[in-house]
Amino acid sequence: MSPQFTLQSLILRTAAHFLLPLLLIFSVFLLLRGHNEPGGGFIAGLVAASAVALYMFALDIRSAKRVLRFEPRDLLGWGLLFGVISGVPAVFMGQPFFTSQWLELTLPVLGDLKVGTPLLFDIGVYLVVIGGVLLILLSLAEAEE
Amino acid sequence: METLMAFTVGGLFAAAIYMMLRRSIVKLVIGLVLLSNAANLLLFTQAGLLRGAPPLVPEGAMQPAGVVADPLAQALILTAIVIGFGVLAFAVVLIHRAYEVVQADDMDQMKDTDT
Amino acid sequence: MLLAVLSGFLIAAVAPWVHRGLGRHSGWALAALPAVLFIYFASFLPALREADGGRIIMEYDWIPSLGIQLTFLVDGLSLLFALLISGIGFFVVAYAGRYLEGHRDLGRFYVLILAFMASMLGLVLSSNLISLFVFWELTSITSYLLIGYNHEDAKARKSALQGLFVTVAGGLALLTGLVMMALVGGSYELHELLTSGDIFREHDWYLAILLLVLLGCFTKSAQYPFHFWLPNAMAAPTPVSAYLHSATMVKAGVYLMARLNPSLGGTEAWMLLLGLFGAVTMFVGIFLSLRSTGVKQVLAYSTVMALGTLTMLIGVGTETAMLAAMAFLLAHSLYKGALFLVAGILDHEAGCKDFLQTGGLRRALPVTTVFAGLAALSLAGVLPMFGFVAKELLFEAVLEAPALAGLFSVLAVISAVMVVAVAAIVGIRPWYGPRADTPKVPAHEAPPALLAGPVVLASLGLLFGLGAGLVDQGLIAWAAAAVYGAPVSPYLSLWHGFNLPLLLSGVSLALGLLLYLNWERFRRVTGFMEVVNRYGPEAAYEKTMAGMVWLSEWQTRVLQNGYLRYYLLTILISTVGLVMVTLLTRTDVHIDLDLSGILVHEAFIVAVLLMAALVSVTTRSRLGAVASLGVVGFCVALIYVLFSAADVGITQVLVETLTVIMLVLVLFRLPGFLGLTPMVLRVRDAIIALAVGAMMAVLKLAASTTQYADSISAYFIQESQPSGYGRNIVNVILVDFRALDTLGEIVVLALAAVGVYAMIKFRAEDRRR
Repeated sequence: MSPQFTLQSLILRTAAHFLLPLLLIFSVFLLLRGHNEPGGGFIAGLVAASAVALYMFALDIRSAKRVLRFEPRDLLGWGLLFGVISGVPAVFMGQPFFTSQWLELTLPVLGDLKVGTPLLFDIGVYLVVIGGVLLILLSLAEAEE
Repeated sequence: METLMAFTVGGLFAAAIYMMLRRSIVKLVIGLVLLSNAANLLLFTQAGLLRGAPPLVPEGAMQPAGVVADPLAQALILTAIVIGFGVLAFAVVLIHRAYEVVQADDMDQMKDTDT
Repeated sequence: MLLAVLSGFLIAAVAPWVHRGLGRHSGWALAALPAVLFIYFASFLPALREADGGRIIMEYDWIPSLGIQLTFLVDGLSLLFALLISGIGFFVVAYAGRYLEGHRDLGRFYVLILAFMASMLGLVLSSNLISLFVFWELTSITSYLLIGYNHEDAKARKSALQGLFVTVAGGLALLTGLVMMALVGGSYELHELLTSGDIFREHDWYLAILLLVLLGCFTKSAQYPFHFWLPNAMAAPTPVSAYLHSATMVKAGVYLMARLNPSLGGTEAWMLLLGLFGAVTMFVGIFLSLRSTGVKQVLAYSTVMALGTLTMLIGVGTETAMLAAMAFLLAHSLYKGALFLVAGILDHEAGCKDFLQTGGLRRALPVTTVFAGLAALSLAGVLPMFGFVAKELLFEAVLEAPALAGLFSVLAVISAVMVVAVAAIVGIRPWYGPRADTPKVPAHEAPPALLAGPVVLASLGLLFGLGAGLVDQGLIAWAAAAVYGAPVSPYLSLWHGFNLPLLLSGVSLALGLLLYLNWERFRRVTGFMEVVNRYGPEAAYEKTMAGMVWLSEWQTRVLQNGYLRYYLLTILISTVGLVMVTLLTRTDVHIDLDLSGILVHEAFIVAVLLMAALVSVTTRSRLGAVASLGVVGFCVALIYVLFSAADVGITQVLVETLTVIMLVLVLFRLPGFLGLTPMVLRVRDAIIALAVGAMMAVLKLAASTTQYADSISAYFIQESQPSGYGRNIVNVILVDFRALDTLGEIVVLALAAVGVYAMIKFRAEDRRR
């Protein structure tokens, strides 16, 4: 690892350890509330990707990859798959591709909850954005070595 | 405000075009970033500028109260920003690769197809 | 009918497998298709006698939702052509199976020839102008592929391309003409247009339509000065020459002229154009034929003569002329098909491609000799062949021509003399006299597959001659009626008594034989023609092609100069110019310069934004440029947030951060800025950049006072919560209302990322190597 792009700061490194899980949880929160409040797949994905990028700068690429657990390429693939799959149920309902489908669930704790294909689609967007941005940044950073 | 924004957008376009007309590839990249900002801002201004009226429906209501900003333009710009990032990354890496082959930050040395 | 037309394409698709499965018998097997088609078309004969107005119209729904139909028109003219195409097609396919036996591309040959046959049938049977044109072009394309069949031969490729260019250029003109016809006539259906001749003849566009349509017909039917591609097309295998370049395709132009005669004919322009071009082509064709010695060249140029004759007769336009044209067409197809197939036998059995190599082959090829002679007699127009009947009518028609009768008659008689000489060359020269040293010594008579065509076609020439009245009652008269636009009284007969045409026939026969005996001297005396040839139509074609190559090279050098900034300059300057002209000439554009209602903090953000943009442009440090780009981005984000776009603002901030990170990662591995451009050029670029900026600003101001359509946003705002179950309208649009768009966008993002990944990975691998 070239020292050039790793900020050898103990404070940052320590902070990154705590910030990463926080930011990732925050990104999931942004994703889930996105349908009603500002947020959504694009923003959540960018936050998560930035979190991993921060980690990468604070420590190094290898640790960033380890903490990510998934290959960014796989995330891209899963995201696109989710995106496409979310359009499929409508076809079986005899509606045009991508017409949204909703399920109303009544759960004991949460009360009434509406779950629909747009949420699945938003998760797809989230994964593609994380995968895409990280694939670009990690490739570039690795090329530095 | 829209008049002011029109001139701002014009200024950004002028800056972008000037940079894109340079021989240096790095300046071309800077021009691209400015250009995508200019285009997004143009679209945003064109949809109408409203202060403090986000396209959100209040909790419990069916429609937003009163006039809200155009959500369609915002949706378009939002995706355009993210795609712009991806395309910019692609352009940057492409240019870097070209630089490695030509070994000069000068577009005049890239006019042959066989280098 | 639809099946009949398309069956050629269907069988063509499986022909290679048929060929592989049946081997040497594939020729006969595939020839079954044209045979069946021939019988099918012949079955229309009784129906046509009964049919109302002498025509049968068949309609098939093609694209019912758009109301587009495929219409077929069966009348005397189209049936005559359909019978010729399928009948001669039968012999040619069977012949080819033997002639090209063992050729490694024979399967491909079957595909092409059957596809060609289907296109040709479609062409003559279509009643819709558009489908007619599509089939017309299909014949050009299949002909191109067939001429270039021996694609390893550079000459064949060049000839194929020449034929394609000439016919397709004409096709383009034809399409324009046909569309104009449809606009004037108010229909694309031929059977409707044919009855509205007066509308065309009196319309302002008449001359334009006429010239465009005739350009298409003349190029296709090799009229002077477009005749040069036809002899070159003889690079094709002989069965192709026999089929396409004598009996069928080149007659497509003649067919169309004949077909459109009721609509466009009967005017002075029609008569002069067709008559003169036809007469000149007739004369030039037979003259060049007599000057050639190559077997196929002689026959090809005599085909040019025949096409000229037909054009001239259609131009003359009298009842007799139409009857003569149809009789001549039938006679020519029969004898020319036969003679070309004989030429193939000469090549196949004796290896002769030139008449000068031949002589005394009658003992080796007795059957061929007899039927070549028979066909040649028909060509020469000797009693009692059908060719004689046609020639008598031809003389009678030109003698009675309403205009230019003298010129037509003189040219027709001179041509007839030379035709007799050519017939003698074909019918006597190779067979009689002393035995010449042929490249191959024929071991035996040609096999049945090769002989079938010449024998049957030449015999039919004799049979129709003897029974001229029979043919006359039926098809020829109907065909002539279709061309003439009114019923034609039957007139064909072998013997019309002693009259002027008979006298002319006799004289031309005698003079022709005399000319044959002095063939060598004729060629010597006319040697000066070689000089003329150098400046003839073919040279003009070559010059045009070379000029086009030069022009495209020149404009590529000028426009595609390889400098990105010059491309940009061209695009920008023309855009600014066009937009400005439009804005200035459109008086209803209103620009509202309202600077009120600007809050202080907003003005401050805008000022910072513009300053940062200026810094990023002028700075000499890369870090400074990237940092000021960041400032620009954050200012833009602030503007989004201030004007009610929280989502967009957040996205912009995040992306801006990532962009700066990325630029830092990459740009610093590139060298620092250099001042590459002199001051003058920088000023020029600055002026252009400012002009573009000003244009965008003015455009924006003009656009905000103009609205052409209602925004669709109102719907999204209304329906977001009720049907999208989401209160963030932007997000509902992204993931629900316009989800398919978003899917496309994330695919782009994914592709860009994969592209970056691939470029970096491949480079790493390159280096490792």
